[in-house]
Amino acid sequence: MMGRALVLYVALFGLLLGVGMVMGAPFTVRLSVEAAAFALIALGLNIQWGYGGLFNFGVMGFLMVGGFAVTFISVPLNMDFWNSQGPFMLAKVLAAAAIGAALIVWVNRWKVTGRKKRVAQVAAWVLAYLIYRSQIDPAADYIEANAGFVGGLGLPVVVGWAFGGLLAAGVAFIIGKICLGLRTDYLAIATIGISEIIRALIKNMDWLTKGTLTVSPLPWPVPKPQELQEFRFDVSQSFIWSRAAFGILVVAVAVGALVLAQRAYGGPWGRMMRAIRDNHVAAAAMGKNVKARQLELFVFGSVLIGIGGAILTSFAQIFDPGGYQPINHTFVIWVMLIVGGSGNNVGAMFGGVFIYVVWVMSEPASQALFTTLSSWSADFGLGAIPEIESRALQMRVFVLGLVITLALRFAPKGLIPEVIKRPVAETQEKAVAVRS
Amino acid sequence: MNELVFFINKVLISGTVLGSVYALGAVGITLIFGILRFAHFAHGDLMTLGAFVSFILASIATSLGIQTFWPNGFIILPFAMVITAGLALGIDRGFYQPLRARGVKPVTLLIASIGVTLMIQGLIRLFAGVRTRSFFEEVPKELFRLDMSVIGASRPLVISEPQILLVASTLAAVIALHLFLTRSRLGKGMRAMADNADLARVSGINTRHVIRATWVIAGALASLAGTMLALDVTLKPDLAFNIILPIFAAAIVGGLGHAYGAIAGGFLVGFAETLSVFNWSVLLRPFKGLLPEGWSFPSDLSIVPTEYKLTVAFVILVVVLLVRPTGLFKGASS
Repeated sequence: MMGRALVLYVALFGLLLGVGMVMGAPFTVRLSVEAAAFALIALGLNIQWGYGGLFNFGVMGFLMVGGFAVTFISVPLNMDFWNSQGPFMLAKVLAAAAIGAALIVWVNRWKVTGRKKRVAQVAAWVLAYLIYRSQIDPAADYIEANAGFVGGLGLPVVVGWAFGGLLAAGVAFIIGKICLGLRTDYLAIATIGISEIIRALIKNMDWLTKGTLTVSPLPWPVPKPQELQEFRFDVSQSFIWSRAAFGILVVAVAVGALVLAQRAYGGPWGRMMRAIRDNHVAAAAMGKNVKARQLELFVFGSVLIGIGGAILTSFAQIFDPGGYQPINHTFVIWVMLIVGGSGNNVGAMFGGVFIYVVWVMSEPASQALFTTLSSWSADFGLGAIPEIESRALQMRVFVLGLVITLALRFAPKGLIPEVIKRPVAETQEKAVAVRS
Repeated sequence: MNELVFFINKVLISGTVLGSVYALGAVGITLIFGILRFAHFAHGDLMTLGAFVSFILASIATSLGIQTFWPNGFIILPFAMVITAGLALGIDRGFYQPLRARGVKPVTLLIASIGVTLMIQGLIRLFAGVRTRSFFEEVPKELFRLDMSVIGASRPLVISEPQILLVASTLAAVIALHLFLTRSRLGKGMRAMADNADLARVSGINTRHVIRATWVIAGALASLAGTMLALDVTLKPDLAFNIILPIFAAAIVGGLGHAYGAIAGGFLVGFAETLSVFNWSVLLRPFKGLLPEGWSFPSDLSIVPTEYKLTVAFVILVVVLLVRPTGLFKGASS
């Protein structure tokens, strides 16, 4: 099994080299950096689905949370905001939210049960919402009118990545706490719904995230190409080196996460998780706290997804809440995991890089294909294909669908499948082999 | 009484229209879930596909010079429904049946349906491009303005022809579905299989026929819903992909697997959306005289800002899943 992984990784490296020959080095370095970030995200999803069987269809939401976190941490301070009434008003909002939350908690602790309590709970939620709205609406209008948005904290980018993981963990904890009791497909629908709610919030809370106006440029943890150009690098070289430096950081994070995940998965903790995934009733009967362990997995996975989202956002140098789409940010990661091999960390990361390359390269590839077809059809007198460029861009959605369909049909366990060690069964097999 | 007319226009009519579309989509999802036990994510794109089939047929009809009292997008509907039903059967044959034959878990079918979503969307965008189209490029959309001076309003009640057709055809589809499920042998078999697939099989119900019938109904209704939605607004490649979650919300509110619940759920979600973005302050305007001097009602009393309209459906979805995953209406069977 190790041999197969090695061969596939070497082939992947060859593929990247091939892309480099055709598309040029700066493009390929960019592709590799993004692919490494996606590998990290796929690893996070593997922890949730591969280890725990938790059907998280809200990857997009966690990526957005990570992206917001790094934006908030790394963008310079907005003095217009800090010198205005804004911070005071936000403090009032926080106080209102705290009062609302306290109200809900207080009602939840009532000893009354039945219909009375249900009514009281609903009333508490409504009241809390009203209190919150009464403070947030004027604050949001004021900040948007006077300062644009709250700005950032001006801290190092790497702190922002870490905060992305932390914030995603917090969100995952809340979501997991309320959702993890649900059955698989219900969990999928619930998480996709929650990720849409997160998207709507981040997109429309202009005072906090600038919404569709987008925040840019975001700082890099390494010198940007423009800074290198001032330092007598030519344009192409500056892009390669700057992106490569960024890439080394990303790869370091990804490899670090892989090593930790592998160690955890190989140990008793990983065995327990597999036991819960394969038969949670039996695991519960053995005294494992199934829900708490699943929550653990959900949070760990989301940390990696959040960090990955933060890395992607700061690499793109722009936080654009309008640019997040379920296809590009949830479905594609599922395809990565399924094709790579769920339950296998190395496979998940392979899938992350491989599918990202396929996803990005299917556009120029189909453009080339269409151009060829077009010249043929023109030769045959059928006329050329119109709008080749915009059509080629759409091909990648189709290619992604085709890849996942083929994978489910012909390699349902992925290219690098999960390694299942069953010592007892193996020895029995050997015994049988010896006897015969 | 202008305020009341405004309320009817903004809430009742648009809620009914939205609810009809959701209901038609949710019935398909709920039937597929009841029979095949998986959440069919590609249903939104089946709707879009149906709308595009209708568009092509309508264009052909227009180019042949067919011009009737009804919009061309409506008269070709029966053909479009048949074609889309056939496509739905083909999709099942090509993508889901091989997996079912291997006995995979429902989750794998869900992931397969994501693959189907992506392929349908990719193909539609490949052939049709990303631009928006309209069924009414040549003939204008007919608008009915009902004079409301009877109740003392100066503003008219506005409803468009596609909206009336949509509500009427939803009604017709629901009645037909009801008759099919309660009167026909196949429909009864379908309800039996949704209740207990193994028991249905040993009682001699041909489950293959039932599955085929499910796809035919789901495809036909999806085509109807997609076409009517495209007639009401415009036709674009992500027409129904954007509303697949509200449709799931409708199906879950009604209890997955329950056809009647899905219809109720569709209208419930539709009305919840329009009610929560409606500015209730408008209705208070006639009572301004009752307030003491110098007081006034707040100018904006909508429950959520307009940009969160779809979010309302997501919140309903999540809350219902958490509080009552079996749906709001228990007991109904389908």
